[in-house]
Amino acid sequence: MALKGKIVVDTEKCKGCEVCIPVCPTEVIEMSRLVNGKGYHFMEQVRENCTGCTNCAVVCPDGVITVYRIKV
Amino acid sequence: MDIIKTENLVYKKTDAMTDKALSYCPGCGHGTAHRIAMEVLEEMGVIQDTIGVAPVGCSVLAYEFMNIDMQQAAHGRAPALATAIKRLWPSKYVFTYQGDGDLAAIGTAETIHACNRGENIVIIFINNGIYGMTGGQMAPTTLPNMKSSTSPYGRDEAMMGHPLKITELIAHLPGVHYVTRQAVHKPTEVRRAKKALRKAFEQSYAKKGLCFVEIVSNCNSGWKMTPNQSNIWMEENMFPYYPLGDIKVDGQLVK
Repeated sequence: MALKGKIVVDTEKCKGCEVCIPVCPTEVIEMSRLVNGKGYHFMEQVRENCTGCTNCAVVCPDGVITVYRIKV
Repeated sequence: MDIIKTENLVYKKTDAMTDKALSYCPGCGHGTAHRIAMEVLEEMGVIQDTIGVAPVGCSVLAYEFMNIDMQQAAHGRAPALATAIKRLWPSKYVFTYQGDGDLAAIGTAETIHACNRGENIVIIFINNGIYGMTGGQMAPTTLPNMKSSTSPYGRDEAMMGHPLKITELIAHLPGVHYVTRQAVHKPTEVRRAKKALRKAFEQSYAKKGLCFVEIVSNCNSGWKMTPNQSNIWMEENMFPYYPLGDIKVDGQLVK
């Protein structure tokens, strides 16, 4: 049974620290080319093979990531 | 397929943190440490029964971010204030949240005496080896040869003394029940630190003595690195001097 995840990012609160990027086992996170109101490049999910492991949300210092997961 | 539904939710920021944007630099471990402390309290269901004491330093505004009852102490005096709160209101969970400049420099006396008295409080100690808020000055915990704005050629131990391992120091005091050193830069470490915090809150509430949780953290601004570089630097340099793991469990020194 595979797991499929999806992350939702509070882009206005993301400070673009990139701590979430090396902890993602499936490398689905990248920094956006866009910036938020504070001028930070925010993180975003760019690929669909997220497993919803919550690693990124757990290490995010600003708690901007919400994780959803389903079994498919 | 629509995944974003309430029943599929596996992780969201706890409501025990306020919605204010944290005042910390991008990538700073303080935010994670705040959040896991609040998650532990929420999981224990004791949000209403907890009083925190904020320090002076980067985390002076912790009371703005932690959605619980908080007090703010004079510099270094958080354990003294927490002692008063816990003694006057023993049914509450009481903790202090302090940095290394607060706890290991100006507050050394309060820390050691609160530990020696065995107050039933939790001390959360964030060690990043530097004075972050004031501009990266050398702290007692700064590593040998580590550059800071007041030791620009590196900390010279002959002139500036040795890094203070205050956690090992207080572990020898009989009033202290549980002492551990954790980190929050990786998911496994965060989960381990959460378990340690839960143990600390439970055991101090059970009147077993003071529980002390050190969290070795990064200060990417003070160390002049990117957040991910600072986490690697921390693993390579801080962890050999400040090894992670339990130092005292159930009143007995480990090893």
